[in-house]
Amino acid sequence: MSVSHDISPLIRPRSKILTRFGREVNWGDFAFRRLTALLAALMIAALLAMIAAMVHGSAESLRTFGLGFVSSEIWNPVRDVYGALPFIYGTIASSVLALCFAVPISLGVAIFLSELAPAWLRDPVGFLVELLAAVPSVVYGLWGIFVLAPWLRDTVEPFLASTLGFLPLFQGQQRGFGMLAGGIILAIMITPTISSVSREVLRAVPSALREGALGLGATPWEAVRVAVLPYARSGLIGATILGLGRALGETMAITMVIGNRSEISVSLFAPSYTMASVIANEFSEATGSLYLSALAEIGLLLFVVTVLLNIVARLLVWRVGTVPVGGRL
Amino acid sequence: MLDRYARRRYVDVVVRAACVIATLIALIPLISVLYYVTRRGIGGINLAFFTELPKPVGESGGGMANAIQGTLKLVFLACVFGIPPGVMAGVYLAEFGESRFGKWVRFSADVMSGVPSITVGIFVYALVVLHEKHFSAFAGGVALAVLMLPTVTRTTEELLKLVPESLREAALGLGVPQWRATLRVMLRTAAPGIATGVMLAVARVAGETAPLLFTAFSNPFWSSGFDEPTASLPMNIYNYAVSPYEEWHRQAWSAALVLLLLVLLLNISARLLVRNRVGAR
Amino acid sequence: MFARRDLLVGLVLTLVACKGSQPAPAPAASEAASAAVKKDEGVSLTGAGATFPYPLYSKWISEYNKLNPNVKINYQSIGSGGGIRQITANTVDFGATDAPMNADEEKQAPAKLFHIPATIGAVVVAYNLPEVTSPLKLTPEVLVGIYAGKIRMWNDPKIKADNADAKLPAKDISVIYRTDGSGTTAVFTGYLGKVSSDWKEKVGVGKVVNWPTGLGAKGNEGVTGQVKTTPYTIGYIERAYASQNKLPMAELKNKAGKFVAPSIEAMSAAADSVEVPDELFVSLSNSDGDAAYPITSYSYLLVYENAKDAVKGEALAKYIWWGLHDGQKFSKDLDYAPIPAKVLAKVERRLKELRSGDKKLLSGA
Repeated sequence: MSVSHDISPLIRPRSKILTRFGREVNWGDFAFRRLTALLAALMIAALLAMIAAMVHGSAESLRTFGLGFVSSEIWNPVRDVYGALPFIYGTIASSVLALCFAVPISLGVAIFLSELAPAWLRDPVGFLVELLAAVPSVVYGLWGIFVLAPWLRDTVEPFLASTLGFLPLFQGQQRGFGMLAGGIILAIMITPTISSVSREVLRAVPSALREGALGLGATPWEAVRVAVLPYARSGLIGATILGLGRALGETMAITMVIGNRSEISVSLFAPSYTMASVIANEFSEATGSLYLSALAEIGLLLFVVTVLLNIVARLLVWRVGTVPVGGRL
Repeated sequence: MLDRYARRRYVDVVVRAACVIATLIALIPLISVLYYVTRRGIGGINLAFFTELPKPVGESGGGMANAIQGTLKLVFLACVFGIPPGVMAGVYLAEFGESRFGKWVRFSADVMSGVPSITVGIFVYALVVLHEKHFSAFAGGVALAVLMLPTVTRTTEELLKLVPESLREAALGLGVPQWRATLRVMLRTAAPGIATGVMLAVARVAGETAPLLFTAFSNPFWSSGFDEPTASLPMNIYNYAVSPYEEWHRQAWSAALVLLLLVLLLNISARLLVRNRVGAR
Repeated sequence: MFARRDLLVGLVLTLVACKGSQPAPAPAASEAASAAVKKDEGVSLTGAGATFPYPLYSKWISEYNKLNPNVKINYQSIGSGGGIRQITANTVDFGATDAPMNADEEKQAPAKLFHIPATIGAVVVAYNLPEVTSPLKLTPEVLVGIYAGKIRMWNDPKIKADNADAKLPAKDISVIYRTDGSGTTAVFTGYLGKVSSDWKEKVGVGKVVNWPTGLGAKGNEGVTGQVKTTPYTIGYIERAYASQNKLPMAELKNKAGKFVAPSIEAMSAAADSVEVPDELFVSLSNSDGDAAYPITSYSYLLVYENAKDAVKGEALAKYIWWGLHDGQKFSKDLDYAPIPAKVLAKVERRLKELRSGDKKLLSGA
């Protein structure tokens, strides 16, 4: 990029000292790359620090139970015997259930807002959807207790049991509180994240692509499907993973509606227990080094589950095909 | 039997209807929650709520003025500690992020977004509170910033990547250095979208209780500066909601309503600040 | 552009103004709050611990602040375990717990901690039986049987035996327990463990136990909500929750053989009949005494014998002294029982031992 004479005041003089470094021939560029890299490294540093703290805290529990911790179903603070399997199941099941509800709905909302809605409707409705994120976790929990759970117990669960009751998914006592309530509340909480980011992603797609497809005779949906979605795929997957992260880490709201019983059951009506919930429920009162260590290990396991689910999500992206990255077609 | 064109039209209408239905389904819980919170909370909203300190049980009246101050303080700290590093990290990922280091950063951000808020609180407790030997708004702000960081970073990255290269190329062609082109042209263009992501993150942390339990702690009085424990709306909501007293329950719902309005206000202000007439569409 | 910058500046100014707008007696030293503080500038104390006495302590703090405007006390209920941990780590000035510290916890504290019994509370058994109008009478055996899942129906002969006139329905008993760690659970299971060696062996005693049967609810308010809204349920909660929500409370058969309702007098009677050792912590459940309610318990404050900061230590000692004397008059309205006189005498002796270095903190009081 050699410029022989100044054209605009935005141009900085090149530094002879930095020419040695190759492409960055500019103090500004040099500093920019290093500074942003430093801040990006902060992310890794923070994560490593957290993992280190978790490992340190769970040392005793790791020593005592070893791998058995992951496969054992017994959680008994009185006897000082701990096992994390019910919580792992509860976390994964509730998050996957939440995604099953949230992803189609969020995508529908994003497409509606970026493609289909008339201009005057876009901002207000988009704003309303984002408002879902403004509701505090605690308030969702309270709403779940007073509104959602009774509705599930009196209307939805009997209906599901009478129509699809042959499936083990819909058997068992109907209390309102349980895996279904947990999944729904999580879905509601992650919908604004997934839909808002997806909407921005869809909005950033250059109109030329869309118009090109329409010009070739595609229906609006086909234009979206063929021209917009592939372009935006990486962003959409990123939005979903953000939503997944939120679902995995949600503490307050889900604790209040999921029933908090550490047993594994296929039925959606059964109560369950997530890792974040057990930490929230028992950390304040826990005394005894093994107990605290076991809770720390649960935190560590949550990391592991998050990592695994992230890897799975990325594999899915990779398998679906190479993604055209942003504007670099 | 429909011919191909009619079938395509039919599919188009069905999908469009499905999107509309999806939007309605997404809005139903919002309306339900808003209605419920308003119905239970509006009664307690009065001037005293915004100006007075909380009263103990048995005495009527009192308000949550210190909690409102506390939440604003904590959100401010969270933004200061969370937005600049987050956006810059996102810029790095979008510009230089295809390296191995970049992949690790991206992965860390995704994993960190899954950390439960209580774990972040415990972590910041061990890092900050144990060293300072006291609870503080500063520690609370740090905890909230850590919660915000992954969302802000990833949103910035994804949206920066979607800005058409032609804009960058035009700037570079004029002789603008790369860093300046990125900040002044690309980031500027993506700003409204990034503001959305940032606002989502802020909205979430403004309502978090768990990370504040062991960091900002709470306070029945005013807190001055950043080094004292501070009350906050979400903590008050939780404490009051789990108490046995009807009076406190009412105040909890009022606090929930005020928190919602507060976040709304933050949202609108951010939008106004970043409104950009030059968009990709 | 101009308009946007204005908005930004305006927002920041509002925030700064917000932070600045505090009433005159603002707490001193906004940096390093634990540093020694000048007497006339006011003292800030922090405490953490049990949720159970929170309403009483918040009343004490407010009343004490009216009498001594320069003393600001901040108590937060993060749980008994949390309270013990924080006082051990020295991040707060005093702790509060329902269950006394065990030997391990005491060893971890950097210096000697005193347990100061501050108030007395009770765990009640609340139930929802629309057909039953007078209070249900339950014996320890029946209570254990219900929670162990052995007695399943409300019209079980064992329950009928003590409640001959009650219209007990032929319905399943829906048992509610606490899912979160809690002093209330510790006190309740402590009682069950005392009256049934079977329970002690099979289920155990503690803040979190593996319940043989029932549905979990979070917090006292969760159990209260369940019992209030669902018929034929039974649950254990703190007295305040039952009385505030007008839930019927069962009368329990105490050690002396009488059925006692959880009234304030019954709670005091339980405390009266138990000798308090020098260390000042003891269990009050299943105590002797004709009129004693069997599931009663002290709630303790945890204070270091030797306060590092003399000013703070003195302020704290004076506050606790006030709480144990004048503060006790607020107990009844908030569903607590006051500390009995002979226990108070022992507590006073203990409080007088509080010191900072060589100086005793409560010289004249």
